[in-house]
Amino acid sequence: MTGRMSLPLATHAYGDHPPTMPPADPARGDAAAVDPATRLAMYRMLQRTRQFEKRAYDLFMRRLVKGTTHLSLGMEAVATGFGTAMRADDYTFATYRGHAHTLARGVPMTPILAELLGRANGLLGGKGGSMHLTSVAHGVMGSYAIIGAHLTIANGAAWSAQYRGSGQVAVCFFGDGTTNIGAFHEALNYASIFRLPVVFVCENNLYMEYTAIGDVTAVPRPAADRAAAYRLEPQVIDGNDADACYLAALDALERARSGGGPSLVEAVTYRHGGHSRADPGKYRPPGEIEAWLGYDPVTLYRDRLLRLGVEDAVLGGVEREVAAEVEQATREAIDGPLPSPDSALTQLWADGGSQWRN
Amino acid sequence: MTTLTLAKALNEGLRRSMEADSKVLVMGEDVGKLGGVFRVTDGLQKDFGEDRVIDTPLAESGIIGTAIGLALRGYRPVCEIQFDGFVFPAADQIITQLAKMPLRSLGHVKLPVVIRIPCGGGIGAVEHHSESPEAYFTHTAGLRVVACSNPADAYSMIQDAVRIDDPIIFFEPKRRYWDKAEVDLSAPGLPLDRARVVRQGDDVTLLAYGPMVKTCLEAAAAEEGRSIEVIDVRSLNPLDSGVLAESVRRTGRCVVVHEAPVFNGYGAELAARLTEMCFYHLEAPILRVGGFSTPYPPSRLEDHYLPDLDRVLDAVDRVFAY
Ligand SMILES: Cc1ncc(C[n+]2csc(CCOP(=O)(O)OP(=O)(O)O)c2C)c(N)n1
Ligand SMILES: [Mg+2]
Repeated sequence: MTGRMSLPLATHAYGDHPPTMPPADPARGDAAAVDPATRLAMYRMLQRTRQFEKRAYDLFMRRLVKGTTHLSLGMEAVATGFGTAMRADDYTFATYRGHAHTLARGVPMTPILAELLGRANGLLGGKGGSMHLTSVAHGVMGSYAIIGAHLTIANGAAWSAQYRGSGQVAVCFFGDGTTNIGAFHEALNYASIFRLPVVFVCENNLYMEYTAIGDVTAVPRPAADRAAAYRLEPQVIDGNDADACYLAALDALERARSGGGPSLVEAVTYRHGGHSRADPGKYRPPGEIEAWLGYDPVTLYRDRLLRLGVEDAVLGGVEREVAAEVEQATREAIDGPLPSPDSALTQLWADGGSQWRN
Repeated sequence: MTTLTLAKALNEGLRRSMEADSKVLVMGEDVGKLGGVFRVTDGLQKDFGEDRVIDTPLAESGIIGTAIGLALRGYRPVCEIQFDGFVFPAADQIITQLAKMPLRSLGHVKLPVVIRIPCGGGIGAVEHHSESPEAYFTHTAGLRVVACSNPADAYSMIQDAVRIDDPIIFFEPKRRYWDKAEVDLSAPGLPLDRARVVRQGDDVTLLAYGPMVKTCLEAAAAEEGRSIEVIDVRSLNPLDSGVLAESVRRTGRCVVVHEAPVFNGYGAELAARLTEMCFYHLEAPILRVGGFSTPYPPSRLEDHYLPDLDRVLDAVDRVFAY
C-alpha cells in the first residue's frame, strides 16, 4: 500500500483493552453508614427496577414494544442510590436508558410500561416512547437520546434553582461514551465556573454501544480522569453497590445545595444485556460477562442485607410484592388503548394543535 | 449480474473505492469491528486494516472536523453518521467549514469528504432514527446532496461520490437497505449528478428520491387508467433540472413526493423551479406529498405519518381535478 499513513488509533491495541473486572470482595461495603429502613427501601427499588427491566425485555421479545428499548439490567444500583438520596423536588436528567431513573423518582410502573408499549395510557400518551420518558411532576425533566445534549440542559435547570435560591439540584445521568462528545466538556466547564448545583453521574458500563470505551478514550477513567480539567474532584465509585451510590449521592447533593458547586461522579458498572433491542452483546470478551454476573447489584445487596440480619422472609415478601406490581402494570399496559392517529398531530404548538398559521 | 441488497451494494462499492485509492478512509462510530449498525461497512476493517477503517469516539463534530483535516491533506474520508438525527452535533463543521472552505480558499483546498447518512423512517425506530434532514443540506451552498434508492445505484453512486472532489452528503434509505436487486458490478453507472426516469408515462410526473422512489413506483403500478411517469431525482444538489422539466412539459402535471415535512421541504424548491421552467405547459399546480409538519412520530403512529400509495394517488387525483 502506498502512502500509508499513521493515525493515532493505528498504535492503539484495538480490542486488547484490559477488561475492567468487578471488585473481588462483595462484602467490602457492608459497614457503610446507611440506616436499615433506607436499605430496605433501596432493596425494593432494586427489585422494582430489575423486575421492570426484565419484563420490558420480555415484552420487547413478544414484539409488544415497538421501536427500541435500552435496558439498565445490571446497572440498577446507580439509579436506585441516587434516586433514594434525592429530594422530591430535585431534577433528574436521564438518557434513552432511563427506565430505572424514572422509576427511581417515584413514577408508577403502569404509565412507564404503557409508554414503552406506545399506548394512550402511557406516561406521554404513547408519543414519547422508551427513550423520552418525562414526568415533570416527579422532577424527571426528560430522557434524552442525543448523546451529550442533556448535560448542558441540566446546567440550565440547575441555574434556575440557583436563581430561585430553591436549594434544588439537577442530577444528570449519562454513559462513558458520552465523555467524548464536545457537549460533555462544555457542560462541565460551564457548571464549574458558575458553581451550578448539578451532579453529573457517568454510568461507566465499559461500552459505548458496541465499542469498548478503552478503545476510543484517551484515559482509563473516562469521566474521573477528565475532572481535573474542570477543577472538579475525580471520583470513582462502585456503581453496583447501592450503598456506595447512595452515599456518594448524599455527598454530592449536599455540596450542590450548600453552594459548593457541581460534582462529577463516575460509577463503574456493567450492563448484563446488549446495548439495545435484541443485541446479544457478542463483542464482549469471554469471561467478562460471567465475572460481572457474579457481581450483580441485586444479589450483592440481598446478600448484604442477609448478613446484616434482615430475614430472608422479609426480602422474599418484597420480591413477591414487586412481582405482583409488575404483573398488574403489564396487564394495564397491554390493555391500554392504542393512540388515535389524530394524536400524531397534537401538541406541536402551545395551543395543543399543529395547524399551520399565518 | 449479482444479486445484492442495497446495504451490500454500498459495501461492495466502498470496497472497490478503497481498493482503487489507498487514500480512501472509512470512519465513524462502530464502523470497524462491528461493521456499522446497518452492516454497510461489514468486513472492511478486517480487509483494509484499522488505519483505513476507523472506529471513532462518540463525537460527530469531531468525526467531521477530523475528516475535513484529513481531506485538506489529500485523504478521502467517507464518514458514517449512524442515524440521520445524529448529524446535528456536526452541523457547524458541515455548514460552516466543509461547505465553505473550498470557496473561501479560492479553491486552493478541496474537500472530498463523503458523509453517509442512513435516512428516513419505516423501520419503527422513532425520532432521531427516522428523520429526513436533506433540506438543511440542500439549503447550504457548497454541498452536493445525493440520495440512492436501489442497489444498482447505491453501488455506482457511492463510488462516484468517493471519486468526486466536492463534499457530498450521501443519503441512504434505511428501510430499503434489505431490498435486493441485480447489480452489474462491471457496468459504469449513470453519472452521480443525473436524474433517472425509472418508469415512463404520459399523464403525470412523480418526482421522488431515496425511499419514496419505490413507493411512487408501486403507486404508479397500482393506478388504473392514468399513465404515470416516475423520476428518481438522485442528485438533489446540483439538480438535473433538464430531465425533470422535459418530463413535466410533456405530461403537464407533476407531484413531488418525499418523507420530510412538506412545509419548506425540498419539494418546495422542485415545485418552484419546475413552475418557472414549465409554466406554460402546466395543467395544474405542482403538488407536494410529504410528512406532516411535526417531529417524526413514535413507531405506532409512523404509518400515518409516512406518505403511502393512497396519499400519492390522492395527490395524483387532485392534479387531475384542476
Ligand atoms: C449524537 C449521537 N450520536 C450517536 C448516537 C447513537 N448512540 C446511542 S447510544 C450510543 C452509545 C452511548 O454510550 P454511553 O454514553 O456509554 O451510554 P450507554 O448506552 O452505555 O449507557 C450511541 C453511539 C446518539 N444517540 N447520539
Ligand atoms: Mg456505556
